[in-house]
Amino acid sequence: MTAALPISGAEPAPEAPVLSVRNLTVSVATEAGAKPLVRDLSFSLHRGETLAIAGESGSGKSITSLAIMGLLPPNVAISAGSVCLGATDLATLPERQMRALRGDRIAMIFQEPMTSLNPILSVGAQLVEAIRAHDPIPRAEARARALDALRAVRLSQPERRLDQYPHELSGGMRQRVMIAMALALRPQVLIADEPTTALDVTVQREVLDLLRDLQRDLGTAIILITHDMGVVAEMADRVIVMQNGAQVETAATRDLFARPAQAYTQSLLAAVPRMGSAPARPAPEGEVVARLTDVSVRFALRGGLLGRVTHQVHAVEQVSLQIRRGETFALVGESGCGKSTIAKAIVGLVPHQGRIEVAGLALSELDAAGKKALRRQVQMVFQDPAAALDPRMRVGDLVSEPLLIHGQGDAASRRARAAELFARVGLSADQLDRYPHEFSGGQRQRICIARALALNPQLVIADESVSALDVSVQARVLDLLRALQTEFGVAYLFISHDMAVVENISDRVAVMYLGQIVETGTRAQVFGNPQHPYTRRLIEAVPVPDPEHVRVASPRLSAEIPSPVHALGQGPQRVRLHDVGEGHLVAV
Amino acid sequence: MASYLLRRLIQSALILLGVAFVTFFLLYVLPADPVRQIAGRSATPETVANIRRELGLDQPFLVQFWHYLSGLLHGDFGRSYLQKTQVSELIASRLPATLLLMAAGIFCELALGLTMGIAAALTKGRIGDQVLMMTSFVTVSAPQFVVSLLLLYVFAVQLSWFPVGGYGSFRHLVLPAVTLGILGSGWYARMMRSSMIEVLSADFIRTARAKGLTRARVVLRHALPNAILPVIAMIGIDIGVFMGGVVVVESVFAWPGIGQLAWQAIQRIDIPIIMAVTLVSAVAIVLGNLLADLITPFIDPRIKIR
Repeated sequence: MTAALPISGAEPAPEAPVLSVRNLTVSVATEAGAKPLVRDLSFSLHRGETLAIAGESGSGKSITSLAIMGLLPPNVAISAGSVCLGATDLATLPERQMRALRGDRIAMIFQEPMTSLNPILSVGAQLVEAIRAHDPIPRAEARARALDALRAVRLSQPERRLDQYPHELSGGMRQRVMIAMALALRPQVLIADEPTTALDVTVQREVLDLLRDLQRDLGTAIILITHDMGVVAEMADRVIVMQNGAQVETAATRDLFARPAQAYTQSLLAAVPRMGSAPARPAPEGEVVARLTDVSVRFALRGGLLGRVTHQVHAVEQVSLQIRRGETFALVGESGCGKSTIAKAIVGLVPHQGRIEVAGLALSELDAAGKKALRRQVQMVFQDPAAALDPRMRVGDLVSEPLLIHGQGDAASRRARAAELFARVGLSADQLDRYPHEFSGGQRQRICIARALALNPQLVIADESVSALDVSVQARVLDLLRALQTEFGVAYLFISHDMAVVENISDRVAVMYLGQIVETGTRAQVFGNPQHPYTRRLIEAVPVPDPEHVRVASPRLSAEIPSPVHALGQGPQRVRLHDVGEGHLVAV
Repeated sequence: MASYLLRRLIQSALILLGVAFVTFFLLYVLPADPVRQIAGRSATPETVANIRRELGLDQPFLVQFWHYLSGLLHGDFGRSYLQKTQVSELIASRLPATLLLMAAGIFCELALGLTMGIAAALTKGRIGDQVLMMTSFVTVSAPQFVVSLLLLYVFAVQLSWFPVGGYGSFRHLVLPAVTLGILGSGWYARMMRSSMIEVLSADFIRTARAKGLTRARVVLRHALPNAILPVIAMIGIDIGVFMGGVVVVESVFAWPGIGQLAWQAIQRIDIPIIMAVTLVSAVAIVLGNLLADLITPFIDPRIKIR
């Protein structure tokens, strides 16, 4: 194929654009009249080009993609402008004709691979259906083409995958199936809406590589919708930055990163966490707040006539670590590595083997009252603040509820404490009587942090606490966490999949793989001198928000993590940690 | 699969044992005396005592229950107190009629309910949805005998399209089956509507639309099989409620099934018949649930029988 090379300058391509959007305005019908979600957006897209539409939540980037596909929700519609695919204006095309183009000349992949495939149809059936919707060839022929499509996305054992169902595949494999389905008919335009946001960082790397390779082979024009400036820098030829439904700035990727013209773009780029940019901090040497010794968590799987335990999920295996006062200890790893299970074991939500000591007391040796008292010392902040706050309670009551549960103070003093905490996390006391839905995502996470601090705990477990937030909000919440630590001397167990965030906030780090720690040490040791191959792979996979960054060509991987399920009496092979100097432990 | 079935069958046997015990106990403590019903008002105390001894009703409760149970294990349901025939023969002669009515009734209730539910979900919030949900509300709240008598009056008495009652031809079956269908359709319409609305907002429906599939295909192939899964589980559970409707409808339409048999037996405290009908209904409910659980894995590959 003679695919056009990605055009990386402001030079316009010689040929006519594949897709041109002119003055697109999309509005939602409300009781107060039409409210614009996207205003006066214009761009054009050429063959083989990748255009990124970047922005934070509410910027209108996803609505733009749905408008192009003609998949807007019922009360949302294009109110002005045109979307021309070649000479056809999609904005005014009747549904019947639009349907003929959808999936054939213009295709789309979505953020959530776990829910974007029909759970009760086999992978093959869904691929064959997509092909036959536009190309009425016999079923057997369509199946052969489906197999080719699965091979093209480098899925292992493609013949077997055709007869498998989505739940039998991992997230990365499902996203490959989505890409195969979208590209099976060789569309001119592919819209990828946050295609790797829900994936682990190594899987994200594989999927991004795959998209780039396929684009080179097929010459597909890609619109990449993303919030991740690292992904933009690695993938896009040109960028449109959007805010509140309007374009803020558009430029070639290199120019935008080198010379952002608008204040919003500058602040957006400044907020992106970058590896190797965190200021050095003195290592905390306070007393140990939490100590885990050979902690294992296993879940039983039952089977057979009598429902006896036949297999066990080895979620956490023989993990030892200690967290000191005033320290941020980070657990990193990909989904299923056991990092959240450790958090649950520390707060007593799952049973464990081994020894967990918090504030000098062993969890398993306490009675119910002792455990309740100990819970005062450990509080959690979760990933999704909208789900972690009861929607029917006032936020002031939510923040003071821990005091009520532990019988501290009277109503007036509890309210005063809530007001004090509100002020401390950057909210105002007159917001105490509002309900959670009246706050933004970042504000809600501040409320969760205030609640976690209400009892003056020694340890706060932050389980992916900033993962769901926009980068600018994320940066401010991280600043807040740091400031609160300095002020109260609280220790954090910071659990995250995001290497850049971890590198920014942590004092010490443990890298987990399949329930075990494979490398641990200070931040400088783990990030500056990573020893274990898995740690290196994690660090290398992180998209770098710098278009000038040259990535060392790595072999295209599609490895799957092995299963943590073992028959009773058997277990995973234990790794042995070896000290490579000054407490930097690496699995050998 | 075999071990699953074996486990389920053992569970079912235990459930039936429990049902038998509770029913037998309730009939034992009932203040009404079956012997008086048999002997009549003018009977002498000796006659009454004789009948009581003959039927074994003078024995302690556990002995009576043990006798009944050991009979059951030999396939002996006992003799009817009043008709003097073997209960197993009575049940066997009437069960086919009831099974036919149940099958036709469940077919009508699903055909009506699911169609209404799907149509309502597709017109969500618009006039069609509102009319259908009002209708379903009426059918859910209407008493069984009112609907039965209304249909009987309009279609049998006034229009003479169908016979007033009886058994034997397809025309006899239509009114009782439709009555049962209308009575049950409201529940299924509401359940199907909410299930369908949930599925229609799923990500994979958006994917199906993005592939360029027709609306009919999106609804029938992608949404419907997913939406019907929770409804299938409900059919098994609903058979108990459905049996209540069968008793009323059989009486109104003079349908010679076990419902009518039960109705007569309850009035006369004919314990062997009441026990037998209760156990047959319990078997129907248990089997209905087992069947629902066995069908689900064929639609949903995520569910594995083990």
